[in-house]
Amino acid sequence: MTASTLTTSLSPRSTAIRFGPLDFLRRLFRTTQAQIGGAIVLLLLLTAVFAPLVAPYDPYELRVGSAKDPPSPAYPFGTDDLGRDMLSRIMYGARITVQIGTISVALALGIGVTIGLVAGFYGGWIDSLLMRFTDIMLAFPGFLLTLAIVAVLGPGLTNAMIAVGVGAFPGFARLVRGSVLSIRETEYVTAERVLGATPTRIMRSSILPNVLAPIIVLATLAFPLAVLDAAALSFLGLGAQPPTPEWGALLVDGRNYLRTAPHLVNIPGLAIFITVLGFNLIGNNLRDVLDPRLRAR
Amino acid sequence: MTAYVIRRLLLTIPVLFAIVTLVFAIRPLVPGDPVEIMLFGQSANPEVIANIRAQLGLDKSIPEQYLLYVSNVLRGDLGTSITTRQPVIEEITNRYPATLQLAIGAFLVSGIVGLGSGILAAVYKDSPIDTVAMIVATTGISMPAFWFGLLAIYLFSVNLGWFSVIPDGSLKSLVLPALTLGLIASSIVARLVRSAMLEVLGQEYVQTARAKGLTERRVVMHHALRNAAIPVVTIVGLQFGGLLTGAFIIEAVFAWHGIGELAVQAFAKRDFPMIQGITLVVATTYVLVNLVVDVIYAALDPRITYS
Repeated sequence: MTASTLTTSLSPRSTAIRFGPLDFLRRLFRTTQAQIGGAIVLLLLLTAVFAPLVAPYDPYELRVGSAKDPPSPAYPFGTDDLGRDMLSRIMYGARITVQIGTISVALALGIGVTIGLVAGFYGGWIDSLLMRFTDIMLAFPGFLLTLAIVAVLGPGLTNAMIAVGVGAFPGFARLVRGSVLSIRETEYVTAERVLGATPTRIMRSSILPNVLAPIIVLATLAFPLAVLDAAALSFLGLGAQPPTPEWGALLVDGRNYLRTAPHLVNIPGLAIFITVLGFNLIGNNLRDVLDPRLRAR
Repeated sequence: MTAYVIRRLLLTIPVLFAIVTLVFAIRPLVPGDPVEIMLFGQSANPEVIANIRAQLGLDKSIPEQYLLYVSNVLRGDLGTSITTRQPVIEEITNRYPATLQLAIGAFLVSGIVGLGSGILAAVYKDSPIDTVAMIVATTGISMPAFWFGLLAIYLFSVNLGWFSVIPDGSLKSLVLPALTLGLIASSIVARLVRSAMLEVLGQEYVQTARAKGLTERRVVMHHALRNAAIPVVTIVGLQFGGLLTGAFIIEAVFAWHGIGELAVQAFAKRDFPMIQGITLVVATTYVLVNLVVDVIYAALDPRITYS
């Protein structure tokens, strides 16, 4: 599922966050699902930040004598085909995963929110122009837009992040525009206009805070999609290149040894799966907390 | 209804035109000289290079190239592959049926599994059936398709020996790739179907049907499902595009000789006529599938007049 199809399940109406940070966290982590999700995401972030301190070995250090060793006390996740410690590579890979998710989503947010805000706020021909452009982007299904952008930029991790981010922006643009349209006509926006506030000020101070809730939900759900897409690009040989310990790339390295050393495929696969699951569990709950219309269902 | 279909068909034309324009833009945007990419860095006679440039129309201005591209596309000419030197349309026509076969197989799996579990989860809301269905759906949404595919190969081909590791194009060899792609897609369908059904089940006409003393089965099958069918058709239709590109990854996992495999080779070698051709064909398929979905949607919902 792309970020654009996600918008269908989100309410485009104004749903401002109307509770304090502590209350918000209490509501968010009320369910077991969200608590599990939170624990996974926390573990990912801690691993990413402290990888150089907690990783037992250098992730690039080759050990000729211990290639493809299965998990053991010395190497809890085993070693790869060149004898590199898989645990250390997975830990360093967590950094790349967080980086991929953050940069891609930030890019999608930057482009999508700007287009959505401007289109929704100004309306008229600006709206038509920007939204037709967005719609054409949506005519490229799922992963195709991302692939086409990689084709233009060339393979590599940075380009993969850019491609995933740009590929995800139409969903944000559509969502934000829909929300802005409903807020634009409210009395407080009219009041600000009458008081002579500039369009930029109205967008920043009145409109953006009111469209923040659906944006946060979509961003949380777009993060795991970005991780999956970037890993898929690496799997296809178009994303991170060896010896980068990106999880999708690790999985590709391991696939030739599926029969003899399945841990080389299963450990990176499990790492991607658990990370994506963690964000999805939080995202689902976040939607319930921030979108009261859906909470009853 | 006929007027609506004609109107919808006419609306598709500018979308297809925009797609052709964007797809054309891929080539001028690709950094580097396409002829140099073609020659793989080997040095060549300037005369030869000039000839190749002329053959590809690269000696013309961008607007001229664009007009040439559009007129070629309209005549079904998508250019010649840089790497295989074969007409792009021929290569795509040879490979596309295999991808469509995979996407349709997966579509059936995702439709049956997704609809079934979504409806069951909604009808038995908050019961263990609902909980299990939604846990499975969340797991499916979080599953990287390539890992799921490799796990399936490991279990069913390597360990149990039920399927050949290398597909032979038979119906049996379609089972594993179609199940892998379909089951992952079914998780999204299940969640959205559940939500659509819950919305319908809360409506007054469903309560009236229950109050009339109809059996729960009849209420669900005749009253709720028919009304939930409208959003469900949209969801399932939108899924098809995702399945087409999802097939790109699954083809790489299962060595399935479809358009995805062709695409990956073209993307890696920056074979721009092939990249343009594949992008154009897949996006066009998606737009046409959406057109069919919209027509079905109108046929299903007599309230929509589409004035």
